[in-house]
Amino acid sequence: MLYREAGQFKTTYGDDQAIFPIRQDRWGIAIVLAIAFVVLPAVATPYFVTSIMIPFLIYALAAIGLNLLTGYCGQVSLGTGGFMAVGAYAAYNFAVRVPELNLIVVFLLAGGMAALVGVVFGVPSLRIKGFYLAVATLAAQFFLDWAFSRIKWFTNYTPSGSVAAPPLDLFGIAINTPDRRYYLILTIVVVMALAAKNLVRGRVGRSWMAIRDMDIAAEIIGIRPWRAKLSAFAVSSFYIGIAGALWAFLHLGAWEPLAFDINRSFTLLFMVIIGGLGSIVGCFFGAAFILMVPLALNQIPLALGMPLSTAMISHLEFMIFGALIVFFLIVEPHGLARLWGLGKEKLRLWPFPH
Amino acid sequence: MTDSGGRKIGDVLLKVDNISLAFGGVRALNDVSFDIRAHEIRAIIGPNGAGKSSMLNVINGFYHPQKGTITFRDIARTDIGPYDAASRGIARTFQNIALFRGMSTLDNIMTGRLLKMKRNLLWQALYWGPAKAEEMEHRAAAERIIDFLEIQAIRKVPVGRLPYGLQKRVELGRALASEPDLLLLDEPMAGMNVEEKEDMCRFILDVNDEFGTTIALIEHDMGVVMDISDRVVVLDYGKKIADGTPDEVRGDQAVIDAYLGVSH
Ligand SMILES: Nc1ncnc2c1ncn2[C@@H]1O[C@H](COP(=O)(O)OP(=O)(O)OP(=O)(O)O)[C@@H](O)[C@H]1O
Ligand SMILES: [Mg+2]
Repeated sequence: MLYREAGQFKTTYGDDQAIFPIRQDRWGIAIVLAIAFVVLPAVATPYFVTSIMIPFLIYALAAIGLNLLTGYCGQVSLGTGGFMAVGAYAAYNFAVRVPELNLIVVFLLAGGMAALVGVVFGVPSLRIKGFYLAVATLAAQFFLDWAFSRIKWFTNYTPSGSVAAPPLDLFGIAINTPDRRYYLILTIVVVMALAAKNLVRGRVGRSWMAIRDMDIAAEIIGIRPWRAKLSAFAVSSFYIGIAGALWAFLHLGAWEPLAFDINRSFTLLFMVIIGGLGSIVGCFFGAAFILMVPLALNQIPLALGMPLSTAMISHLEFMIFGALIVFFLIVEPHGLARLWGLGKEKLRLWPFPH
Repeated sequence: MTDSGGRKIGDVLLKVDNISLAFGGVRALNDVSFDIRAHEIRAIIGPNGAGKSSMLNVINGFYHPQKGTITFRDIARTDIGPYDAASRGIARTFQNIALFRGMSTLDNIMTGRLLKMKRNLLWQALYWGPAKAEEMEHRAAAERIIDFLEIQAIRKVPVGRLPYGLQKRVELGRALASEPDLLLLDEPMAGMNVEEKEDMCRFILDVNDEFGTTIALIEHDMGVVMDISDRVVVLDYGKKIADGTPDEVRGDQAVIDAYLGVSH
């Protein structure tokens, strides 16, 4: 099947504005979804589902959250780990203190709480930009780290400071097998990714991008910068908070504040930069890439009969990510998503290059 | 867009009275007063640094004058914000293009309609029902502007990749998208070749004629100014030195001196 737009005439603006206007893209998405929902659970080992697919999906969700803020609205954030922690601890407290709450409601409340905290820490963005904003969000990260390890109420006074998710169930079904966890996460991520895609192609997304590209001009056409920026912080943190709750409840099970430290913030920022600033699909590329590099470093030398030491692998990881970040920031700020788009464009016109 | 039914110059739409604006020691505007009537094309001219752009910035609420009042549609204010100006029907373009470079032509023009779109976040996340209907309605309006400005071919192109002349056209499109009552154009033809200038003149005249939009225009090309404007106000060193029809202004000694650089 060729990747062609020819012969697909759009007769209404609705067709042209559709989420995936090209038929082959719609097929592609359908195939990916079929694999994710049907094929993968049938063939994948529990190990693959638990250690690769689940973290991949949750990372992608958090990366979407960060990308809405940084890639679409142009506000740098190093507080992602902290906002994930807010989601995780909010979910924990709601679930423990109000056990009758439905799990989905718990996740929504966790996202809502993270959104509130995100808005509070987003207020400095109304006055400062770029590097200074990055430092301000870094302060948010450290403050939240501190709060969750020092304020015992958040951890329900557990002596070690580490907490565990209560047994989870959804509409009477216990979420206790890798497959069930996977299905729950996959559904949430698919729904939220589509919602994000919708947001960025409508009014709200345009007001974010306008602020990103030129805040003065945005103001003059009637966008109020505080509204655009704070709504970006809110929506972004909502996504990140839900990702944090999923990470804690469905990936880790039991965790301590260290699980959401500054390294998490950096990892997510790298995913967004490598995947592509201002692209939703790029978040999936970025998450997959960052998860795959350590695996590849482990497996490929092993297969070649010259295994690397763990220390060596983590050094190499840093070097590879560092080089790639520099490459993408300088050469292709739109990341893997842009390369993917270019590839598709070439295919669309092939074999006639002009 | 409402058709005024041809050009019939109406009552005063905007009046600035005794505007003074200083940046530290620099007096950008010094006690300037003039008015703009509905449906007219009003040119603002003057040598470099005369305060023309500052005047537009005051009118659309971007600069706050230390003194003076701005009366728009009979409501007098000393100080407005850009949001108030935009929501009351004042749109503008900039001397140095201020487009959203990462967005396509279509998206740039759609941003011009943001103030008219009302659906909240949740509806937009669903992109369905009323939210979709709203989006389509505004898309149709944006397409009318795209047709009007003859930029169909670059609809989906990120504006950062467009040549200068087309960027100026897209910026006009974004301003038109808000269906303004008063359109402020800051040197819309600067840096264009003759052909592009002719196109731009035609668009300005058509906007004024078909939609009845009132236009305030800063322009250095005297030929263009004399051709298309109804009345001209001349600034020099922040002061108004002449005001009248193109013919009156052309013959004014103070204007001739200002342009020839006669010392004060
Ligand atoms: N934001 C600002 N800060 C400081 N000074 C300013 C600012 N804006 C304008 N000025 C000063 O005010 C004076 C008038 O500038 P303005 O840009 O209004 O002139 P202009 O008539 O538009 O000139 P040009 O034809 O070169 O565009 C100049 O001396 C300029 O340096
Ligand atoms: Mg100027």
